Amino acid sequence: MATEVDFRTRLQDWLPKLVLAPSFAVTLLFVYGFILFTVVLSFTGSKMLPRYDWVGFENYEKLFALPAWTTAITNIAIFATLYITICTAIGLMLAIFLDQKIRGEGVLRPIYLYPMALSFIVTGTAWKWFLDPGIGLEKIMHLWGWESFSFTWIKDGDMAIYTIVIAAVWQTSGFVMAMFLAGLRGIDNEILKAAQIDGASNWQLYRRIVIPLLRPAFLSAFVILSHLAIKSYDLVIALTGGGPGRATEMPATFMYSYTFTRNQMGIGASSAVIMLMTIAAIMVPYLYAELKEKKA
Amino acid sequence: MKVLSITALLLATASPALAEPSVEVMHFWTSGGEAAALGAVRDKVVAEGVTWTDAPVAGGGGDQAKTALQARIASGNPPAAVLILGQNILDWAAEGMLGNVDVLAEAQGWDAALPQAVKDFTKVDGHYVSVPTNVHRTDMIWASKAAFDKIGAAYPTTWEELNALAPKFLEAGIIPLAHGGQAWQEAYMFEAVALGVGGADFYRKALIELDDATLRGPEMVAVFAQMAQLRGMVDANFPGRDWNLASAMVINGEAAMQIMGDWAKGEFTNAAKKPGDDYACIPVPKAKGDGFVYLVNSLSLFTQTDPDLVKGQEVLASAIMDPAVQVAFNQAKGAIPARTDIDLSAMDACAQATSASLASNDAGGTAVPTFAGTHAANASVVGAATDAITAFFNSDQTPEEAATALADAIAAAR
Repeated sequence: MATEVDFRTRLQDWLPKLVLAPSFAVTLLFVYGFILFTVVLSFTGSKMLPRYDWVGFENYEKLFALPAWTTAITNIAIFATLYITICTAIGLMLAIFLDQKIRGEGVLRPIYLYPMALSFIVTGTAWKWFLDPGIGLEKIMHLWGWESFSFTWIKDGDMAIYTIVIAAVWQTSGFVMAMFLAGLRGIDNEILKAAQIDGASNWQLYRRIVIPLLRPAFLSAFVILSHLAIKSYDLVIALTGGGPGRATEMPATFMYSYTFTRNQMGIGASSAVIMLMTIAAIMVPYLYAELKEKKA
Repeated sequence: MKVLSITALLLATASPALAEPSVEVMHFWTSGGEAAALGAVRDKVVAEGVTWTDAPVAGGGGDQAKTALQARIASGNPPAAVLILGQNILDWAAEGMLGNVDVLAEAQGWDAALPQAVKDFTKVDGHYVSVPTNVHRTDMIWASKAAFDKIGAAYPTTWEELNALAPKFLEAGIIPLAHGGQAWQEAYMFEAVALGVGGADFYRKALIELDDATLRGPEMVAVFAQMAQLRGMVDANFPGRDWNLASAMVINGEAAMQIMGDWAKGEFTNAAKKPGDDYACIPVPKAKGDGFVYLVNSLSLFTQTDPDLVKGQEVLASAIMDPAVQVAFNQAKGAIPARTDIDLSAMDACAQATSASLASNDAGGTAVPTFAGTHAANASVVGAATDAITAFFNSDQTPEEAATALADAIAAAR
């Protein structure tokens, strides 16, 4: 009798571990295992298939000598900065406006949120048509009689990257709005009332109280937007295909083409490692700050 | 999606433990004409009592198919026959992955039936590792008869004539050159101009031997100068356009010409246009001697151990080389047969002219393998060169800068 109870207790102890074990093992192998595999490949002279001849940092040297990689990191810098800033600004603005106890919030909120339900491929294709001077916005303006209207960014190598920003902001700012809205709803009304009694203006209210209290929402938005920016691949492929020329090449498209279509697996792997390190550089301080906060 | 299709492939091949010959064919011929073409081979194979397992991986240039193939190889289960192009065949052969059908080729006399151009990419180190279905010509101009009639001009045979046509077309409200601004299309245009302006010897030295001095030399500058002329003939809206939309511009008379490989013929045929009456297929002008840029399509045979699968490969190879199948295949595909010893009277005027041109250029040593299609150089060199070419076509670089950028890019990728 006593042993049976023991067995049950032991089983209860073990069950969570048993149930979690498969997914843990799968994650360990297929996420961390392959990250390690990629790191190893980035130090080898792999071309078409993985090979294990050690070449040291040669791939990294080659990578940073490539003009295409320079274009890719310049593009990601422009894209990530604008995308994160504009998305956050628009998201915050929409959230504050929606939070003014306006009529029809229930209708407006999903309208702003729905673009997030689309895949980036759909967004990219739709914006490609919309921005195409021959069939989209410019054509329609001409048909309506505004003959001098010109918007040819998507066909212009210097401006095409900004069309990607436009499409990405359209897709995600509603989602950021929802995050801020949730944050706003979580703020204690008593604080706001107290401030109003003290004679704070609306501007001061938001500037001094609301926005500082939204700090966790800002952090979440930043982390989500920055990883979306770094792994942006499908939007670029659908919207510009990396063109005109190679003007909108991003690290993710670069990595795919070098690894899989150009038989330069070593260089592709090293670009993937650089991308991983970039994400880590953003995520690690964030996680560190979060974990420290919880302990305190 | 890709993961799904790879899984589907794995599942599809896990099943046959059947005791009958079978052949699995991995390819990216998924458009209407291409699928119909492959159907001609399949019918013949099935009639021989061999089970045909189709493993299509969609994606025009075969990049997705290549990724799927790498996954299959990595799992130790290569398909019996795979559509791969140019230097990739040589690379896979060098990896020791390809089997051969030498006995069959000997018995059927393939050596005499195939031009050297085709053998260069199917017979590796004396072994037939790949079976050619067709040859494409990439240095072609597709011209709208209506547009040329409108300005009363003849089809151009020299670069001077071609360049002189542009202002006349513009005056008549016709776009001189329909072009799709995607990197790979610009690479095909570049190779056509390289052969047309520089000649076959220059083409070999620059794009096959990758000679640095030639890549930086005055002839390459002249090639880019002609590219700049062509750049001035396209409409403002060209970046990102698909090649078949550019063909459509020629078909409906909006544009006068398109420089594109002979796969463009399918678009004209589907639009019920007749060569000679509605459009003309003319080779890109040649300034120095004759020339012909070819692209060979072939199914490469991956080594199999199961005798049933080896038998399947042999039946497939024999079916592809069957003269009737070669004609039927290429009528649907819009290319020309790989064999030069068969009767082409059933094919259209374009195909007959291209086939005759291949035979004479092959004999004269002026047939050169496609660079953009990774026959002349490997994928990493072509990729790097394509970056430089498309950068030139989409910016205001001078021809001198472009030649330097091209040479630098190729030097870095070798």
